[in-house]
Amino acid sequence: MNNFDYLRAGTIKEAVRGIATQPANQFIAGGTNLIDLWKYDLTHPARLIDLNGLDELKTITELPDGGLRLGALVSNNATAYHPIVEERYPLLSRTILAGATAQIRNSATNGGNLLQRTRCYYFYDVASPCNKRVPGSGCPAIEGQNRLHAILGESAQCIATHPSDMAVALAALEAVVQVTGPEGQRSIPIADFHRLPGNTPERDNTLAADELITSIDLPATGYAAHHSYLKLRDRNSYAFALVSVATGLELEDGKITRARIAVGGVAHKPWRKPAAEDALIDKEPSPEAFGAAADILLAGATGYGHNDFKIELARRAIIRNGAMALDPSCQRPGAQPSL
Amino acid sequence: MKKHEEIGKPRRRIEGALKVSGQAKYAAEYQVPDLLYGYIVNATITKGRITHIDETAARTVGGVVDIFHHDHRSDLPKFDMLYKEMDAPPGSAFRPLYDAEVKSNGQPIALVVAETFEAARYAASLLEISYAEEAFDVDLKENLHQAKKPSKGLATLIKPLPPGPRGDFESAYASADARFEGEFLHGSQHHNPLELFATTTVYEGEGKLTIYDKTQGTTNSQVYVSNLFGLRFKDVRVIAPFVGGGFGSGLRPQYQLVLCVMAALELKRNVRVVMDRKQMFTFGHRPETVQRTRFGATADGELTAINHVALAETSRFEDYNEVVVNHANMLYPAGNVTLEYKLVPLDRFTPLDMRAPGGSTGMLAIETTMDQLADQLGIDPLEFRLRNYAERDVSSDKPFSSKELRECYRQGAEQFGWSERKPTSEQGRRGNRLVGHGMSSGMWDVIALPGTATAEFTADGKLIVRSAVTDNGQGTYTVMSQIAAHELGLPLEAVTFEYGDSKLPLSPIQGGSYTTGVIGSAVKASCRALKNELFKLAQIMDGYPLGNALPEDAVFTDGAIVLKEAPHTKIRLTDIIAFNKGKAVTASKSNIPNVFKLKQYTRASHSASFVEVEVDEQLGIINVTRAVTVVAAGRIMNPQTARSQILGGMVWGISMALREETLLDPRLGKYINTSLGEYHLPVHADIHDLEVIFVEEHDTIINELGAKGIGEIGMISMAPAIVNAVYNATGKLVKVFPIKVGDLL
Ligand SMILES: Cc1cc2nc3c(=O)[nH]c(=O)nc-3n(C[C@H](O)[C@H](O)[C@H](O)COP(=O)(O)OP(=O)(O)OC[C@H]3O[C@@H](n4cnc5c(N)ncnc54)[C@H](O)[C@@H]3O)c2cc1C
Ligand code: SF4
Repeated sequence: MNNFDYLRAGTIKEAVRGIATQPANQFIAGGTNLIDLWKYDLTHPARLIDLNGLDELKTITELPDGGLRLGALVSNNATAYHPIVEERYPLLSRTILAGATAQIRNSATNGGNLLQRTRCYYFYDVASPCNKRVPGSGCPAIEGQNRLHAILGESAQCIATHPSDMAVALAALEAVVQVTGPEGQRSIPIADFHRLPGNTPERDNTLAADELITSIDLPATGYAAHHSYLKLRDRNSYAFALVSVATGLELEDGKITRARIAVGGVAHKPWRKPAAEDALIDKEPSPEAFGAAADILLAGATGYGHNDFKIELARRAIIRNGAMALDPSCQRPGAQPSL
Repeated sequence: MKKHEEIGKPRRRIEGALKVSGQAKYAAEYQVPDLLYGYIVNATITKGRITHIDETAARTVGGVVDIFHHDHRSDLPKFDMLYKEMDAPPGSAFRPLYDAEVKSNGQPIALVVAETFEAARYAASLLEISYAEEAFDVDLKENLHQAKKPSKGLATLIKPLPPGPRGDFESAYASADARFEGEFLHGSQHHNPLELFATTTVYEGEGKLTIYDKTQGTTNSQVYVSNLFGLRFKDVRVIAPFVGGGFGSGLRPQYQLVLCVMAALELKRNVRVVMDRKQMFTFGHRPETVQRTRFGATADGELTAINHVALAETSRFEDYNEVVVNHANMLYPAGNVTLEYKLVPLDRFTPLDMRAPGGSTGMLAIETTMDQLADQLGIDPLEFRLRNYAERDVSSDKPFSSKELRECYRQGAEQFGWSERKPTSEQGRRGNRLVGHGMSSGMWDVIALPGTATAEFTADGKLIVRSAVTDNGQGTYTVMSQIAAHELGLPLEAVTFEYGDSKLPLSPIQGGSYTTGVIGSAVKASCRALKNELFKLAQIMDGYPLGNALPEDAVFTDGAIVLKEAPHTKIRLTDIIAFNKGKAVTASKSNIPNVFKLKQYTRASHSASFVEVEVDEQLGIINVTRAVTVVAAGRIMNPQTARSQILGGMVWGISMALREETLLDPRLGKYINTSLGEYHLPVHADIHDLEVIFVEEHDTIINELGAKGIGEIGMISMAPAIVNAVYNATGKLVKVFPIKVGDLL
């Protein structure tokens, strides 16, 4: 952990200017990921730009189109327990609460959550090769310990997954990430925010190095009546998803009129396919219907040995979560399987 | 008149409040003036030599004082003998910073010392180390053909190698009505106590040191450091009053101790060295082990043939051994038996005793195999075990000093409701979850060792008892105080137990569940000697108040000597001290086991666990929804701390069956999930309804107290009971542990 300078930004402008002056400068929000990366010697900020003074990013406000704006600096817990989120976006609330621990969620922020880095073991070990950390050094996970790793959208350079739970619900909710850079403000749909590794696995997302996330905007549709988040992992709490599923449904006369399914733990980004969701329209919710959607969603999935089980597990999880979504009250803490 | 019965009383840990309020100080928490901080640098190769260490960049960091490594270190002895300590297995112990050779990934190779921790850590990241790498092999399964017999030494005396064959296994197995053959595997596990390994060394001037060390043996660290640095024993004092968990990891002095003392001696300054969590994965661990069982039984459920083979990892420089295969024939009196225990040397660090070493490994294979046979025979698993109940240990042809396993089975089955269990094919369900019931026996050998304690009665009516032994958190402090209070008939508050300090009377390292038996017996003996001294003084007090009474005519109660026949004759202990001109009376006693007597018996604690699991039929998620563990371990000194010990053991069992594993990358030659985020210990949400029962067991052989110790036994029967319950729920037998999400799809 190197010596560094520190700047507490008072305004968005100051923060963006601060980050732009030197490529090695970095933002810090809750610090729950950044400090770990730093201690493991994976990052060496020259100057820390502390975002915690940006009060304007610490609020949750309703939007004119019926949506909700989640400030980037609001903590994960404050978001999950916010009355409007609980009432209109319970899928998001449950998803956030299935992540990390209460202590971490109190520090972790919404912006930082989207930017947390993969949990690939090799990525965290500075003495191991890793294309994401040192491009061109190789990917030991492909033939090594890859239980946590991707079965979809991976590349020959990297098979890491994105670890965020929150991002999976945001994908199902079709959130929009608002960012500000030196050139001003822009909006990035969540589906375009995280990216696949391809030949540049060092890049997790499409945010520019000098851009600041200011908020995450939720559209009006929240699937409050029919939704579920299911998280399957190596222990019942305090572990990242091996496979997770966020499902939101709208039903009329017992038939599905709108469906969103996003899968976590299987790719470099939350995995969604509109074709899979379209296949559910006008169907009665049933294991067969969700199974057919799962087949579309998971088409082309590849295992790398230790993670082979994820292909079948993801399919079953999509089916179960479809059933769980019909009765959100059956859901258990920590997004454990129910029914 | 009734004597105050302190032994057997439920008591909270005396130091509990200090611990939960953050006032108990651990090795890294002693604030001493002008402290320097050391940060350890570990090898990033698995095997080879260090060719160069470039310190240029590291030295530019402000506050760096010195950088120690094999080219810049204190003189260290040449002879292996001087590196031996109480838990050293046969071989040549690892020598920190001794030479350029790298023997395992993560081996410590340098210590950066600076005025602040931050400067030391930063400078450590700037050291540029060049290596000449050599080919290595860390893969157990690929090297089973290299298995060899373990070398013999002190370790194999305490942890005996398997006995020779009995009867004719092959023909008995061939003619058995039911046979089961299985191969089991579990990966390495690292102890990961919450407290990180740490040492704070206070430099007291010319060759004199006070050392706060995280250790399970203050005397062990003292002797080790003295031998390594050529210091006089009496000039080295090692203190460890609080230990934040050990589980065996502190049975051997760890390398931060050597590095810290080296820096303190060379720089003549106070130094602290703390490992980080990743470094906690760079030394001893439970060895990865492959086990093969072949058991055979007759149609009416008599076990006739046992073959149990274990092949375990060790390092290239030491033969770490544990008792894995010996227990099957101690539990079940089959007549045709072959047992084999072998080691596979690999380029990994030497393994190290980890809670219930060997026993938990072996029982996992033994008791799973037993259930498979029961299943084949269509006999209830508990009934099958009862039909093969050993009244005598046939493996060594000795009686048990005591054995209440049958009572464990009975009480456990009743409390759990075992009679409701259904055969595997007919198990019940709750929604999507299949319900399974499983049980297992457990066994742990009682170890007897010498130990010493002193007892002192002071003018202000306090009893002070002393021993160098540590308290890893299980309640030693409390239990020793209770034993002393009980013996002298004093309230618990009148007793102080001084411990965790090498200047106190000699104690062996704290492990193997023997501390209560060994040090507890020494405490009892020293208290009894103290009573004699006090009695003798009382006899000559003014007016000869005891008349002709003999010690056996008196009881010590309520702070006084009272005659049984004349209860109104009360001689206050404080009056005796006053008569002694206010001088405290002391007595010292060693507990030397009577080896001749002990050798005639098999001495072991036993347990039985009964477990219910729910397995999500589609998703394969397993939950241990309830469990009962019943323990027969002789006399229970304190049911409250004892219950906690067993609960902890049960959680460890859940962990062994379902959670814990250090993942190895054989191509990189190292462990890869080296953080508590990815090394999965159970969390609260994994633990449901756990119940502990102790059965009464009287043992007059093992030691003065009749206490067998309970550190390991609570863990041993738990993991196999879970595996059996999962089988009962699903009909699937998983033989690679831990059972993981995905294994039951
Ligand atoms: C032990 C552990 C377990 C965890 N388990 C889970 C889990 O189960 N599920 C899960 O989803 N997460 C889990 N997490 C991750 C946790 O949710 C993230 O670490 C956290 O959300 C990151 O937020 P932060 O505010 O602390 O980010 P920081 O650590 O402060 O920052 C992370 C990164 O984001 C950048 N950054 C932060 N805010 C902004 C912004 N507004 N604009 C631009 N850049 C920014 C920083 O520069 C940094 O690069 C776990 C973390 C830990 C330590
Ligand atoms: S999967 Fe990606 S992050 Fe992991 S080692 Fe390979 S390149 Fe690095």
